[in-house]
Amino acid sequence: MSKLSTRHLIGIKDLTVEDIQQIFETTDNFKAVINRPIKKVPSLRDITIANIFFENSTRTRISFELAEKRLSADTINFASSSSSVSKGETLIDTVNNILSMKVDMVVMRHPSPGACKFLAKHINAQIVNAGDGTHEHPTQALLDAYSIREKHGDVRGKKIVIVGDILHSRVALSNIFCLQKLGAKVMVCGPTTLIPKHINELDVLVEHNLRKALEWCDVANMLRIQLERQDIKYFPSLREYSMLYGLDRAMLHSLPKKITIMHPGPINRGVEITSEVADSDQSIILQQVENGVAIRMAVLYLLAAQG
Amino acid sequence: MKEKLLLDQERLSIIIDRLCHQLIENHNGFNDTAIVGLQPRGVLLSRRINQRMKEITGNENLLYGELDITFYRDDFRRRESVLIPNEQKIDFIIENKNVILIDDVLFTGRTIRAAMDALTAFGRPSSVELMVLIDRRYSRELPIEATYVGYVVDSRNNDKVIVDLKQAGTKDSVWLITNTENK
Repeated sequence: MSKLSTRHLIGIKDLTVEDIQQIFETTDNFKAVINRPIKKVPSLRDITIANIFFENSTRTRISFELAEKRLSADTINFASSSSSVSKGETLIDTVNNILSMKVDMVVMRHPSPGACKFLAKHINAQIVNAGDGTHEHPTQALLDAYSIREKHGDVRGKKIVIVGDILHSRVALSNIFCLQKLGAKVMVCGPTTLIPKHINELDVLVEHNLRKALEWCDVANMLRIQLERQDIKYFPSLREYSMLYGLDRAMLHSLPKKITIMHPGPINRGVEITSEVADSDQSIILQQVENGVAIRMAVLYLLAAQG
Repeated sequence: MKEKLLLDQERLSIIIDRLCHQLIENHNGFNDTAIVGLQPRGVLLSRRINQRMKEITGNENLLYGELDITFYRDDFRRRESVLIPNEQKIDFIIENKNVILIDDVLFTGRTIRAAMDALTAFGRPSSVELMVLIDRRYSRELPIEATYVGYVVDSRNNDKVIVDLKQAGTKDSVWLITNTENK
């Protein structure tokens, strides 16, 4: 097997199908590692990784940090709220200061789309995108596709609907790229105001009726309404959204087949899905979180191999 | 390039039989003994040994595993190609077992160092022994020697030893490839 075709992981868009397959196969091995009594391997012991988060995160940050520790890398954590960014330092200055302390890799989350690409052009370290604004969140898409592969055997030919706030969601965009590369059919579903205007260019189906979308699909990925990114009102009220686009047990049980429920977290219980749905046996939400660590280990391992 | 046949099918099967009998002599009853082959190339030998052991002893319950050492190697990021892991299969407890590691060729000893690290990630074995088919003498970079040796070869560092074991057990052979250009 050869190296990944890219030195950084900025977005799914840059990955080839072979890259994704290689990441999945390596993930299988790391999944075995993290289920052993000693969950740590020494592969990245000479590598230092900086986790730079300019935006809040629980799952992704912990997942990356755990992945790094399981690979024996040294890690430093940086959150913008408690740093000199609030004193007016620029992004490049901040990162260059961190890099001069001999850091090999940067995992970054940033509110501006394209921040990771910008950084990759200007600094030497390898960059892993942990979410840049409304652009991409590649490791989430990889772990989602991996979880579908694990549950259904293969992604090819599967029908996946992404429900909710497509307009503000980097998870949706990365998922669309990733699933299409792997040969799945993708549909987006949500109120007209939350579907991007040029979505047709991505070759996805669009549906505004949740029931129709769920009857069509094998897997439903229920996104959170990202109120923090919405500068104007896109729908009258959360209650109305939840009545039209929220998935409850009655709807789930009335579907002709057993579909798989996914959610990238954090869940707003009672808005996009009810508690019964989130905790049902059709939901693989917690498996997604487990796979997240293994996927991130594989990504860091394969990127680090390029030296 | 010069190729020399070191072992043919007949000699190989005699050697494998001898190695099995040495194991039986040293491991009374095999109750606490596990055979562990190293991925990727050691497992062809270890599967053969395991099969032969079952035939000789009649014991169908020998503990057998296959260990992947990729993540424990010391040449990660120092090679041109990526180190791709292999499947690993150890579904028993290593703790307090006598483990026999099996690999095809013992050369620098670095693989075995990594294997001992990888093994202890599964627990603390009460002892570890090493069985190799080919011992490339005088090539060691670490102080590691095998407990059971099939065949000893004197070779130079840029030579290659190819162990060609077929799954079916027919037409096995071991070759020494000498690089004549650097003579």
